[in-house]
Amino acid sequence: MSMLYTVNKSPFERPTLETCLRLAKPGSAVLLIEDGVYAALAGTAKSALVEANQGDVTFYVLDSDIDARGLAEKPLIDGVESVDYGGFVDLVEKHDSVHAWL
Amino acid sequence: MSEVEFDTEGVKKKFMFVNTKAPYGTIYALEVLEMIMISAAFEQHAVIAFVDDGVFQIKKGQNTKATGMKNFSPTYGVVEKESIEARGLAADDFVVDVEVLSSAELADLMAEQDVVLSG
Repeated sequence: MSMLYTVNKSPFERPTLETCLRLAKPGSAVLLIEDGVYAALAGTAKSALVEANQGDVTFYVLDSDIDARGLAEKPLIDGVESVDYGGFVDLVEKHDSVHAWL
Repeated sequence: MSEVEFDTEGVKKKFMFVNTKAPYGTIYALEVLEMIMISAAFEQHAVIAFVDDGVFQIKKGQNTKATGMKNFSPTYGVVEKESIEARGLAADDFVVDVEVLSSAELADLMAEQDVVLSG
C-alpha cells in the first residue's frame, strides 16, 4: 500500500512534517505544499528533516507555492522534485491513498 | 432544487481520524469530532488516534466552565507513546480507555485504513 502524504505547515512553526515522517512507511511519498514548502529549502535549520528520510521517502514540492513565497531562486534540497498542479494530480493517481496532514 | 442522494448502502470503509492539535486554541479538534459524528451517522468503521498536541484532548480533569467553552473530550481511541512521553503524560492521565501504541504500531494500523483524515 503506497501512501502519498501532503504537508502544509512550516517545519519552523509546527511538528507536522516530523510527525508525518515518524509514521510514514518506507516507499511512501511526501508532497510539500503551502507553508510546507519551507521544508524543501537547502541549508536551513530544518533541512535535515527531509535529508535524513530521503532513502525511505520520496519528496516533492509544489512549484506554485515556492513561487508564491518568492523562493524560486533559493536552492532546494538535492533529490526533492518540483511538481506543478498536473504533477500533483499524477502523484495522487499513482498512490493507493492520500493522507493530508494538517 | 434537485434532491441530493448519498447512496452509502452497503459501503463500509475503515476510517482513521488523527487528532494532532490541543483542544481549545483552534477549531481543528472540534472539526475532527464533527467528521467522526458524520462517519458514525453513515455507519462507517472508525479509529480515533491522538498524536502530538492532540493527546491533550483526552487529558483527565478538563474544566471549561470558566472559559465558557464546551468540554468535548473524546473518551476513546489510540494514542502515540512518543507523543505522550514527550509531553510528560502517561496512560493514566487520560479520560478513559485509550490504547497506547508505539509509532511503528500506529504506522501499521494507519496502513490498514481505507481513509485517513487528520486535523
